[in-house]
Amino acid sequence: MDTPIIELTGVVKSFGPVNVLRGVELRAYPGKVTALVGDNGAGKSTLIKGLAGVQPYDEGEVRFEGQPVSLTHPRDASALGIEVVYQDLALCDNLDIVQNMFLGREELVGGTLDEGKMERQSSEALRALNVRTVKSVRQKVASLSGGQRQTVAIARAVLKKAKVVILDEPTAALGVAQTEQVLNTVQRLAAQGVAVIIISHNLADVFKVADYISVLYLGTMVAEVATAETTYDDVVGYITGSKTYDPSGARA
Amino acid sequence: MSASSSNDTATTNTTTLLPESVDSLIGSGQEGGVGDQVRAWWSRVRGGEMGALPAVGGFIVLAVLFSFLSPYFLTERNFANFLTQAAELVMLGMALVFVILLGEIDLSAGVTGGLAMCVWVVLVDVTKLNWLLALLIAFVVGLAVGSFIGFFVARIGIPSFVVTLGLFLGFQGLELIIIGTGGNYQVQTPAIVAIMNNNLPVWAGWLMLAVFVALSLATAFWDRSRRTAANVPNGPLSLVWIKSGALLVLGGLAVFLLSQDRSSSIISIRGVPIVVPIVLAVLWIGTFVLDRTKFGRYIYAVGGNAEAARRSGVNVVLIRFLVFVICSFLAVGSGLFTAARVGSIDATAGKDIVLSGVAAAVVGGVSLFGGRGRLVHAAVGALVIAVITNGLGLLNLPSGINNVIAGAVLVLAATIDALSRLRAGGSLLRR
Repeated sequence: MDTPIIELTGVVKSFGPVNVLRGVELRAYPGKVTALVGDNGAGKSTLIKGLAGVQPYDEGEVRFEGQPVSLTHPRDASALGIEVVYQDLALCDNLDIVQNMFLGREELVGGTLDEGKMERQSSEALRALNVRTVKSVRQKVASLSGGQRQTVAIARAVLKKAKVVILDEPTAALGVAQTEQVLNTVQRLAAQGVAVIIISHNLADVFKVADYISVLYLGTMVAEVATAETTYDDVVGYITGSKTYDPSGARA
Repeated sequence: MSASSSNDTATTNTTTLLPESVDSLIGSGQEGGVGDQVRAWWSRVRGGEMGALPAVGGFIVLAVLFSFLSPYFLTERNFANFLTQAAELVMLGMALVFVILLGEIDLSAGVTGGLAMCVWVVLVDVTKLNWLLALLIAFVVGLAVGSFIGFFVARIGIPSFVVTLGLFLGFQGLELIIIGTGGNYQVQTPAIVAIMNNNLPVWAGWLMLAVFVALSLATAFWDRSRRTAANVPNGPLSLVWIKSGALLVLGGLAVFLLSQDRSSSIISIRGVPIVVPIVLAVLWIGTFVLDRTKFGRYIYAVGGNAEAARRSGVNVVLIRFLVFVICSFLAVGSGLFTAARVGSIDATAGKDIVLSGVAAAVVGGVSLFGGRGRLVHAAVGALVIAVITNGLGLLNLPSGINNVIAGAVLVLAATIDALSRLRAGGSLLRR
């Protein structure tokens, strides 16, 4: 068994009287895709916002590469190499792919933008993710399809040399072909040694790409299983609370 | 988008993880010869990225029309007059581009220029302050006004329309208080009057053109050297020469015409009006900032999607603040040009020009929804509006016609903008 790059234990988060997370565990491994599933209101978003440093946890320990860390600001997460690709893609339609990928950390030469260098690195990052459908990295993002936009957003995280990439519903609004394209990108991302955490409602997608599945139910992690050792029906059971996970001999 | 590229063949078995060579780069839109580049440009235009193209077309049509209607239109003298008349509008249009790029508006830009010049003329005329020092103070007034607007819009979160409408009204009152009812001060400083009424020596006009062409060549070759250093493909070299050649020929024609004697009396008048190099310098510096600096990139990013920019670490509040400061600062330049041309300053200075400035930006292809547009677009748009004023003035038509036509052109331009956004795949309602 690999050692997890990120490990949460006993994470608690409350909003006033509402206990959203009640002692949650989560692990993600380098080069593996961990799916985070659960019904609406299970606490998925809250868990992710804590990892991104947007909404710090009330209690609990976060270990990154074995060391306890504190995530109280988005800067902390960025510094560790944790990147979140949000559902409502944070891209500017009026800028091209290169400009979007380097937004906020442009390469400069003599105080001016080094377009050549940025274009090279963008192109390489997209190529490394096996992106084939983008004709030109100087296309405006407005002209891209939903799948291509998602790919650009993921490549942006790669460019930042992220160690953990969290994808929030990456295929929610996509058609069949585009979903395939994005899932392919996700696998490519993991193949590069990145720990990927993917939030999804689509269990077909989850079973296609995930190595591990973590199920949240009403603020508790009710199951952490290897995809190969579980079934679609079981996972649905864990999500709805009609089945209880029995970790006898499953995973360490 | 280039017509053909070898690596865009969509694969069917997308889930297999075949190792892919990293050496083959994705296209960059620089591929092919001049023909491919022209075709790619044309397909972008057809896709809705028209830029200033409709405005350039409109300008040519209007110029041809007026040259048939009036024998005075195509004369060297009218050409020089036209440039000086247009200068203040070009300047104001460029000032407004900065705020319009963020989807904001500055309705007080005109009176900001007027107010600053009221302050200037009173300092010079009444307190006998050195004119240059007074001018410096006038520009500081512009910076202060911009900071004021920026604070209320960016920090407090009041819509810029409301803040600047308030200032538009308030500054007219302030001008009246400073100047006094019915007051009117003559502009007597020779250096200020000269901006609009004197010309460069003929040799300096040619030097200006040479500097401008050299700068454009230098930036083009600098870009190419950076691309070569990063090992990404460069566009065809011939395109650089064609563009620079066109600039040289058109600019050369303009300088040549302005170098002819255009006087109707015995004293010869020739040379490029002094205001022209000033406007060109602002245009060049502003374009440099917008295209080649982080700050410029962030202006476009915030204008396109402020939330995305914020998440990427852009200080959205600061950018929003600074565009208003720049706008008000440049608006003082526009007010200065008006004062120099008219030769006097009264309590209504800058009251009427601001909507023409907005119109100039929109006619030139700057999107009021933010994120799209360049300084040169506003400059071309200002020339369109100025040519209407100039041409109709020569025809001795009632002045009401002028506003009717300018208004029609504005609505036409806004329609083209909206339709082009539809073609670009957007919706009329968002951005």
